[in-house]
Amino acid sequence: MALAEKILTGDIRAAARLMRDIDDGFRSAVDELKTLYPHTGKAYIIGITGPPGAGKSTLVDQITAAYRQRGKTVGIVAIDPTSPFTGGAILGDRIRMNRHADDPGVFIRSLATRGHLGGLSRSTGDVVNVLDAMGMDVVIVETVGVGQDEIDIVSMAHTTTVVMVPGLGDDIQAIKAGILEIGDVFVVNKADRDEADRTVRELVTMLEMNPDRGKGWQPRVLKTEASRNRGVEELVDEFESHRTYLHDSGAIHRLLEEKNAKQFMEILRERLFNEVYGHIEVNGRFREIIAGMMTREKDPYSAVEEIVAERLRLGR
Amino acid sequence: MAERKLRVLVGKPGLDGHDRGAKIIARAFRDAGFEVIYTGLHQTPEQIVAAAIQEDVDCVGLSILSGAHNTLLPRVCELFREKQAADITLFCGGVIPDDDIPGLKAAGMKEVFTPGTSTEDIVKWVKDNVQPHA
Repeated sequence: MALAEKILTGDIRAAARLMRDIDDGFRSAVDELKTLYPHTGKAYIIGITGPPGAGKSTLVDQITAAYRQRGKTVGIVAIDPTSPFTGGAILGDRIRMNRHADDPGVFIRSLATRGHLGGLSRSTGDVVNVLDAMGMDVVIVETVGVGQDEIDIVSMAHTTTVVMVPGLGDDIQAIKAGILEIGDVFVVNKADRDEADRTVRELVTMLEMNPDRGKGWQPRVLKTEASRNRGVEELVDEFESHRTYLHDSGAIHRLLEEKNAKQFMEILRERLFNEVYGHIEVNGRFREIIAGMMTREKDPYSAVEEIVAERLRLGR
Repeated sequence: MAERKLRVLVGKPGLDGHDRGAKIIARAFRDAGFEVIYTGLHQTPEQIVAAAIQEDVDCVGLSILSGAHNTLLPRVCELFREKQAADITLFCGGVIPDDDIPGLKAAGMKEVFTPGTSTEDIVKWVKDNVQPHA
């Protein structure tokens, strides 16, 4: 039996292996994903993003517990960075959440960024699809600790949560572009700290200046103390409110359209690149071009035009 | 394009709170280019096995300094067999008397590292003895 069929019968090892095949770029994984695709689109996907050390993993652990209490199954994808020097990684998000490991209603997968920018790994979307096909009611995606501009999570999740902590900077940080624009829900975690209320105020002020204020969904700022499980029920209620809003307002339609378009374009881009690059790498053209650039006999612009034209003609 | 990267789980079963050794090993594995899933302290055998399966790791390294190795480690080995995951290589390290090593190996621990072993030796052992899943 192929992996996809096993996954649909509830085989955990098959699911774990397919996630590995996806992450490692196996061609066979594409066929398995084709089989699973009709079984996806049911899970509610929550993104959790924010700077390193904000308490994202601890929050994910508590959100998972809260959804389990409500009778929902939960899939988790947690991303940590890959070393640019050795290619190795320490994936430590499980430390905070491994109490759920032997709960059959929870499946946790750690992924390394493997050089991908944007806060997620290249494989994240497909791994989420596997969890979705496994029948997980809720899938939580925890990004790598982000700075200001890693916003891939927006096109992955139905509800994006930005987790901040007190004391990271002054209110200018809050009016800059980037991750502070993408939240459907804002959380100030470690809310027992002195500066918490100021951070909340700064975020609220930022949100009030939003030109779309008063139209559509109004993001709120919630306070949590994840390590003591304070504020988590309210947070999960807020997720559910946003989910209800998406469906009742019809906003879900545009969100999914954008998500699907982005997924299609990414797959197309990757496939085209592999098609062209794989070919010139094997036949030695790639090295020739690089050598030509060294002596300035070949410019990279013409080289790309020639090669793309050749491959497209061949495919016709 | 496709290339298997070795995935290893490092964890601490049982109740002792000494995780420095486990962290040093995790770091050495990272520097060797492995993806290390670090589960941290106080893991039950059930949690270790479930995590190893969900993460599709090739091997599991357990650090134990509590003296409970003769109870906990055979239980971990047994659970891996029970869950049809005996293809995952198991090894361990910690304060383990020489007399206990044969019993742990018979239970399913492929190697037992005792205090003083260098991280280079452990990394080399993993590279020599663990193949990423096909």
